Amino acid sequence: MSASDGNGGWQQAVFDTLKAGGIRQIAFVPDAGHATAIRAAEADPDIRDVVLTTEEEGVALVCGAWLGGERAALLMQSSGVGNCVNMFSLLRNCRFPFLSIVTMRGEYAEFNPWQVPMGKATPAVLESMGITVMRVSEPQQVAEIVGAGIDAAFQAGERVAILLSQSLIGRKQWVASNE
Amino acid sequence: MSNASGGLVDRRVLVRALIDALPDALVVSGLGSPSYDLFAAGDRELNFYLWGAMGGASSLALGLALAQPERSVIAISGDGEQLMGIGSLATIGAQRPENLTIVVLDNGRYGETGMQPAHTSLGTNLVEVARGFGIADAFEVDRLDQAGEIVRRVNARAGVAFARVKVQVNEPPRTFPPRDGSFVKNRFRAALGFDPF
Repeated sequence: MSASDGNGGWQQAVFDTLKAGGIRQIAFVPDAGHATAIRAAEADPDIRDVVLTTEEEGVALVCGAWLGGERAALLMQSSGVGNCVNMFSLLRNCRFPFLSIVTMRGEYAEFNPWQVPMGKATPAVLESMGITVMRVSEPQQVAEIVGAGIDAAFQAGERVAILLSQSLIGRKQWVASNE
Repeated sequence: MSNASGGLVDRRVLVRALIDALPDALVVSGLGSPSYDLFAAGDRELNFYLWGAMGGASSLALGLALAQPERSVIAISGDGEQLMGIGSLATIGAQRPENLTIVVLDNGRYGETGMQPAHTSLGTNLVEVARGFGIADAFEVDRLDQAGEIVRRVNARAGVAFARVKVQVNEPPRTFPPRDGSFVKNRFRAALGFDPF
């Protein structure tokens, strides 16, 4: 099984909360921490799963979804936040609601130094572009905080990124790709 | 520098022909000249003009097309804008919404910044690129009377279409659409029956 094993409960809670919050499009660049939500989105006929080549596509895509009356969410890894920066200007200029769930790297038990610079910069980069940062570090907080982010985005019209701490995700486990 | 602009398409005339023929389409325009061209064809509530977010037009149009499957969606952008977001064509090739048409007004130049040569005049062929990304219905438009081929595909809603329009290298008078993105977004949503935000 995948690295998400043992994390299946909170990972499923991410998806369940998004679905209960009326999210109809889930765009993503894959990450192990999002694996359960991505699989669930692929399997759910009510939700369109959109795999991206780069995260900034997803920023524009979720804005287009809202323009057309649908709620959408962007799942990415902290490295992807850096890819999005100029595209975030859509959000503030047009006051689009925005919800992103960001799995963190480079902050806890990280083995890959290449993940560290963007991981460290992620909260500041988001905030500098006018996005409210929330964080989840305990499995039992996931549903509550993701739900709070959905309310903030789609009821108050905020731009929200929810960071899933690397300590929540745990140490990277190398697994066979056919699992 | 020589160019064969005399035989190519006038961008303003082409965009106006599309909008006149497709009054109900949802239209997203990329920054710079495509947004000016779209506005010059007559302001519409169902236009979403980008003034920035370069590379985002076709991705935004994809999200819109997925949310509004019963409506025809058109993205109109320039070659530089489309190339900055070129991966979006791979994503669109994977999603294949039946109601999305992408129109790239290709002058082979960065027109907004001094007409510097761009990739499509230096070797890139966008039709072949689009086909390589899985958009089989990718085609060239180099005469105004081919506008109908674009219109037919938009009305058919039978799959993603990609038109690379070879436009003249010129700078029509700049006509500025609203720069208040929040206003344009709320107006667009209201026209579809949604509350503002």
